[in-house]
Amino acid sequence: MTATGQPAAAVPVKRHHWIVRLTHWLTFVLLAGMIMSGLQIYAAYARFGERGGPYYAPNPFQDRAVSRTFRLGGWLAGGLNWHFTLMWPLVIGGVLYLSYLVASGEWRSLLFRPRDIRGAVEMQKYYLRLRKDHPPQGKHNPLQKFAYTFIILLGVLSVLTGFAIYKPTQLSWLTALFGGFQAARYWHFWAVWIFTAFLIVHVILVFVVDPASLRAMITGWYRGRFPSHD
Amino acid sequence: MQLGIAGGFASVVAACGWDGGSGVRPLLLDVSRVNDWVGEKILFSKNRLAPDYPIAQRTAQLPSYFISPTMPMLQDPKSWRLQVGGLVRTPLTLSLDDLQAMPGTTYTVKHHCVEGWSAIATWHGAPVSAVAARCGMLPQARYVRFDSFDSGYMNGWDLASAMHPQTILAYGMNDNVLPPSHGAPLRLYSPTKLGYKMTKYLVSVTFTAERPGGFWEDQGYPWFGGV
Repeated sequence: MTATGQPAAAVPVKRHHWIVRLTHWLTFVLLAGMIMSGLQIYAAYARFGERGGPYYAPNPFQDRAVSRTFRLGGWLAGGLNWHFTLMWPLVIGGVLYLSYLVASGEWRSLLFRPRDIRGAVEMQKYYLRLRKDHPPQGKHNPLQKFAYTFIILLGVLSVLTGFAIYKPTQLSWLTALFGGFQAARYWHFWAVWIFTAFLIVHVILVFVVDPASLRAMITGWYRGRFPSHD
Repeated sequence: MQLGIAGGFASVVAACGWDGGSGVRPLLLDVSRVNDWVGEKILFSKNRLAPDYPIAQRTAQLPSYFISPTMPMLQDPKSWRLQVGGLVRTPLTLSLDDLQAMPGTTYTVKHHCVEGWSAIATWHGAPVSAVAARCGMLPQARYVRFDSFDSGYMNGWDLASAMHPQTILAYGMNDNVLPPSHGAPLRLYSPTKLGYKMTKYLVSVTFTAERPGGFWEDQGYPWFGGV
């Protein structure tokens, strides 16, 4: 990068290991299937709370199922069987990805830590045009680190709340941790909308800010505007 | 709409049928059998008890269902008997009085329905394990089959779940006699299972070596159905 903040990356750099690329796209497809089969399951009891209420709020889908177009399974048993099948490759992929981050040391460029707060503020200033030059960054800028750390934690939360709903008696300690069976259902459901919101912002940012990163996530090679300063 | 990308995936899946079709559905059911194994052998503990709730937390109206067109009712409740047989030393014919004379269990627990709802109720009954001891269950027995007079509704259980101390043949609910809507005169109950596993309107308990199916289980619902 030059002093004016303009990129000078003509030489492709290797950015994503095949494990990262594989698990990224696998997660995308599997999570879509999990969400859709989950919406099918939700249709059987479209509220959160013990029989007779009161029900947890807010819930934009109180007493109404999501359109059939976005459901998978056809009926409750079909939804359950999809959900309890896709959960295996999804969790295995997640564990593989996290193991890779730890083994390769790449977690360092991804994990948001307290020392990234300052950089995150600078980055936000740049996006708000309060600062002209793009702050120096590693593989990811601090705001990206925050987003990716957050989404991994959301994934962990989804799996844990999922277990809490799946076996509320055998894992009653876990279910209690989330405030009980119905509360765990509620958080599990909210994770869906946060994932969906993340997906929308994530895709918009890829195309608006750094389209080259899409190719990097497919081929592994990056030839865009934001080379690492590491 | 928000799920536009997922919607694209949906149309792909729709092409091979919503429930997976003839290509994928068998695979899903195979995985369901794996999940049954994990549920029984890894997540289930024969000693872990479901938590007891205060009576004050009971749900006012516990939903119920049956598969017959009208609520199954006995013509002559006095002549009702429970047949206990299969892989046992002594087949039994038990009256409601016989069952109530056995050492009983009472607990107030949370009911989990596969649909996602939950409700709290108190149940009174005799442990299935006590009935198994009384009829002299043979070591070859690995499953238990529960049959009803509700249009052939039945369930198959793994032996470990059936022998769990909280698995009972319930003749009472919320300090009263079991009402017809909840399976009178006798139903299976356990806070370690989803509602559809708990056979109502019982007529027989059979110990088997072969895995029995179940009314909903044969249509695709998880066979183990543990919570």
